[in-house]
Amino acid sequence: MKRVIAFLLLVTSAPWSMAASEKLPLDSVYINLSDTASLQRGARLFVNYCLSCHSAAYMRYRRIGEDLGISEDLLKENLMFAGDKPGDLMKTTMPADYAKSWFGVVPPDLTLAARVRKPDWIYTYLRSFYLDEKSPSGWNNSLFQNVAMPHVLYGLQGNQRLVSKSSEEDGKPVFMLEQPGSMTPEEYDEAMRDLTNFLVYLGEPVKLDRYLIGVFVILFLAVLLVLSYLLKKEYWKELH
Amino acid sequence: MIRVLNWVDERFPIRKLWNEHLAEYYAPKNFNFWYYFGSLAILVFVIQVVTGVFLTMHYKPSSEHAFASVEYIMRDVPWGWLIRYTHAVGASAFFVVIYLHMFRALLYGSHRAPRELVWLLGCVMFVLLMAEAFMGYLLPWGNMSYWGAQVIISLFTAIPWAGEALAEWLRGDFVVSDATLNRFFAFHVALIPLILTGLVVIHILALHAVGSNNPDGIEIKKNKDENGIPKDGIPFHPYYTVKDLFGAVVFLIVFLGVVFFLPEMFGLFLEKDNFLPASILQTPPDIVPLWYFTPFYSILRAVTYPLFGIDAKFWGVVCMGLSIVFFFLLPWLDRSPVKSIRYRGWMYKTALTLFTISFIVLGYLGMKNPQHVDLFLFPNLVWAQIFFFVYFGFFLLMPLYTKWDKTKPEPERVTFK
Repeated sequence: MKRVIAFLLLVTSAPWSMAASEKLPLDSVYINLSDTASLQRGARLFVNYCLSCHSAAYMRYRRIGEDLGISEDLLKENLMFAGDKPGDLMKTTMPADYAKSWFGVVPPDLTLAARVRKPDWIYTYLRSFYLDEKSPSGWNNSLFQNVAMPHVLYGLQGNQRLVSKSSEEDGKPVFMLEQPGSMTPEEYDEAMRDLTNFLVYLGEPVKLDRYLIGVFVILFLAVLLVLSYLLKKEYWKELH
Repeated sequence: MIRVLNWVDERFPIRKLWNEHLAEYYAPKNFNFWYYFGSLAILVFVIQVVTGVFLTMHYKPSSEHAFASVEYIMRDVPWGWLIRYTHAVGASAFFVVIYLHMFRALLYGSHRAPRELVWLLGCVMFVLLMAEAFMGYLLPWGNMSYWGAQVIISLFTAIPWAGEALAEWLRGDFVVSDATLNRFFAFHVALIPLILTGLVVIHILALHAVGSNNPDGIEIKKNKDENGIPKDGIPFHPYYTVKDLFGAVVFLIVFLGVVFFLPEMFGLFLEKDNFLPASILQTPPDIVPLWYFTPFYSILRAVTYPLFGIDAKFWGVVCMGLSIVFFFLLPWLDRSPVKSIRYRGWMYKTALTLFTISFIVLGYLGMKNPQHVDLFLFPNLVWAQIFFFVYFGFFLLMPLYTKWDKTKPEPERVTFK
């Protein structure tokens, strides 16, 4: 039995070491999907700032209302474009060919963004925009160089400049806030955590329930395990 | 109830079948851990068929709607997420179970005479399973699905003269496209499962004709009692039905544990790039097949020398094909007088250990960039080339080392408790 376990460990552990290697250092973000208030704030930021250009075209408004405890009235008032119905998919109002002519690319759909990129990446990205006169949009991003997206959240964060591409102690870029926004740096970080949290939820809404259901399924199987073991033992005891 | 059974029995040999394959099929009583994986393979197959049927009710096999329909299943179809995760994790579980099932044969000589046909049928099913998994992987129409299929089908272009035409014929187009998706869907949900079902039945019929092997590798039919029943045999039902039921529950705990808590398995079962829709303009940074193909993929990439004026890629494809073909030949490559590893000498034990290591390391390297150094000293490519020789050495040298190997005497009766 020991040899079997050792073999299984060997088989299963070998590929685990292939964690994705990202070159630039990321800031870590605390994701907590049971923090409904954070998800609600994130949803609000998402709809107000992201959904004008990006779609979340695999998700319906109603699902957000149901999952995050937002009533249909509040949903219509705060999180939906006029004319949309709660059962509609969250599609941007910006036509794709407009977007293409303005930014050079169609802004990607964000439904699954947090499943393509790590939450840490998204969090770092949202906090890494800086003023850059050489870029067509006037903005650049230290994590995603020459990204077409302008800093749509500058009203909240303010304008920052890149002081150094990588600091000596941790290799992370250093910014200087040239003009403060409506939020303090701490408030802005917290808001971006909410937004990242929401994007993680948006990537897999069922994650809210999946673990809990899983616990009950495994508990049920544990009972079945005991019963099936006793059954096997009962039959096999007559063999020798 | 009995009357109904009698009525059926007069028209169809239901009692005969039940007895032949369950109640009076005598299996050796000394099966151990490794003998769970046959029945588990059937369990996984059933899980895949059932979840697959429900998936097809909402999935749309078209390049325009496939990706969105999968997300529709994940979000809007009641319990759709569970069905989809079970099917996706089930594919990986299938290979785990089958690899362990095949490894059991190498341990105890289950592929040796008189079970060569059981083994050959199993090898055919293994190849079909690979085709099934490869085609199924295209269906979500994610970017890795797309580029994975693009790369694997383009391997056929390495075949001189006919390659291009063959690849085009497989795709039904000049690139992987809607036509490819539709035909893969047809093969994945209809043709291959149909053939597999038939082969599973024949595999079991062939096994029951010769009887099961056991960890001692001796024939229990050589020792029969006055009624003609093997002394070391026990009826499959109820003994192994209850034992396999226990095994099935253990398996389900592990399997559903993964489904509920780690369905992506850190990108091994569901790759990050597959959450992006297929795009011909956006190539993923590293195109890698799923983990269960990577040992063979490593062998393909390990061949870097052109030969006889033909591209190295072609020889890579040939070696990859050979790496699977050699499994078919195992019953005839093995010349040892004993079957089970328990009575073999150090040579076979060493060879099997090295082979197992090479399979795992090649699998690991297959997920890595060949130019990087992920092990130590040498780049991944060099390690893959070293283990390439270990892998093929296991097969090619087998007639020699199994003949030279010093074996221990086999017991008369099986070891039990």
